[in-house]
Amino acid sequence: MVEIRFHGRGGQGAVTSAELTALAAIEEGKFAQAFPSFGPERRGAPVMAFVRVSEQQIRTREKIYEPNIVVVLDPSLLEIVNVEAGLREGGLVVLNTSKSAEELRRETGLKARLAIVDATKIALETMRLPITNTTMLGALLKASGIMPIDALRSPIQNRFGPIAEKNLAACLRAFDETNVEG
Amino acid sequence: MAKRIGMEVSIAAAEAVALADVDVIAAYPITPQTHIVEHLSELVANGHLDAEFIPVESEHSAMSCCVGSAAAGARTFTSTSSQGYALMSEICYIAAGLRLPIVMLTANRALSAPISIWNDHADMMMSRDTGWIQTVAENGQEVIDLVFHAFRVAEDQRVLLPVIVNLDGFILSHMIEPMILLDKEEVDRYLPPYRPKLRLDPKEPITMGPVGMPEVYTESKVAHDEALKASRAVITEAWKEFGDLFGRYYHPVETYKTEDAETILITMGSISETAMTAVDAMRADGRSVGLARIRLWRPFPTEELIAAVKGARTLAVMDRALTLNGVCGPVCAELKSALYDRDLHPYLQNYIVGLGGRDVTVQNFMEMSDGVVEAAERGAPMGYEIINVRE
Repeated sequence: MVEIRFHGRGGQGAVTSAELTALAAIEEGKFAQAFPSFGPERRGAPVMAFVRVSEQQIRTREKIYEPNIVVVLDPSLLEIVNVEAGLREGGLVVLNTSKSAEELRRETGLKARLAIVDATKIALETMRLPITNTTMLGALLKASGIMPIDALRSPIQNRFGPIAEKNLAACLRAFDETNVEG
Repeated sequence: MAKRIGMEVSIAAAEAVALADVDVIAAYPITPQTHIVEHLSELVANGHLDAEFIPVESEHSAMSCCVGSAAAGARTFTSTSSQGYALMSEICYIAAGLRLPIVMLTANRALSAPISIWNDHADMMMSRDTGWIQTVAENGQEVIDLVFHAFRVAEDQRVLLPVIVNLDGFILSHMIEPMILLDKEEVDRYLPPYRPKLRLDPKEPITMGPVGMPEVYTESKVAHDEALKASRAVITEAWKEFGDLFGRYYHPVETYKTEDAETILITMGSISETAMTAVDAMRADGRSVGLARIRLWRPFPTEELIAAVKGARTLAVMDRALTLNGVCGPVCAELKSALYDRDLHPYLQNYIVGLGGRDVTVQNFMEMSDGVVEAAERGAPMGYEIINVRE
């Protein structure tokens, strides 16, 4: 079982990221759960969302305390949230950043293996919006290999309707441009 | 053909209600409400569901509308949670007393104060004695299957009682997970059209809800109590038929690895799945532990629960609600009474868990299971303990 935690700010689509990941996994025939950090929604405030993906039926309802993967939608969160909290040994942090891995380590002290992509730039260029949820899903699937990138196609189409193609394009471009540390 | 879907459980529950071809939905669409009625209002508005959606001004009015609608012979649904449930509870008693087969989904949440929108079973226990049939779901699949079962049982001429399907607020209501949703033809095979024998009709006037003078009040309560008791057979028969048709069988009490278990955990609701994982881990470690999960809360499945737990030496009973300064929590109180009636004396501890959204983990279940064994060895007095309290 893979456990994933998304960090974003209210309104950036972290909850949507978690939902789309679970829906894609379920469509692939896997088992999955997606749930928000339950509470009143506040635009701009740090929020979290969670996903479990498994080949077997998932029989737990506890929260996710020790994720295998953390996805950070907003680089400014690194200053106020310990995104590595509870991350498992050998875990992976997937980051939206315009910086290099070396710069990030120097500035933030991150220790985990990193996968980085300039998702804000991709989102702005592809969709003209700084909303990075679908973009970061491309990065997540590149870095984790939990399922093929095509699995996201139908969940994104169902969710976004007329703007699905742009979201898909951003997602695919992020998949190509994500740098994953060895 | 039934299809495997990935969906938020609330949305899937609304789809199930729509598949049940409901006629009237009355609901108050504000916190603490869920996406269940929001999605139903969309289905009605966009023409996918031919039903009346009545957006009322309060939960009290929601249940009042449901009473009128069901009395007129319409298949009727509503949904609520916590404070809204408290506000409608006056009419909940009336719905059951008038024997109206309304179906309600309750996303169980804590009651204020302090203000909480998170899960526990305080609202379920508040309305324990309204006289409704109450089932409890463990996961999304059970929520949607229990919706079909609820309409089938409620409208059965041998029952004619309202039914609540309880699902844990947030933990189930806001979860996205895979489920298998029946198609319309399958639902129609299981759930016949509702044809009430008695209904309010100006052409054939009858009276519903007159004053019950002291000469008849007791008798009407006896009739209600007998009806609830008699519903057991229909409830299990309807589950059996559901299983025969669709392959998923349900029982008033479900057991997991209890056969030879020295210690049995007793749970109700979504914590049961987490408890199963804990049982697997403890079994792998050589500990003799099993689990009994209560699916039917009213009428209480006394015989089934006793049968499930009577071989165990120690019992750990989980309650997700607090009976402040009572003998123990509500689930435990039922079990203790039942054991006393049968002169059974296992060692028993009651654990109050998961109040107002507090997480209940696999580790918690292992600690409670070990805790009850240790308390029995030490001969500690039997009582209730609220776990995970921060000092």
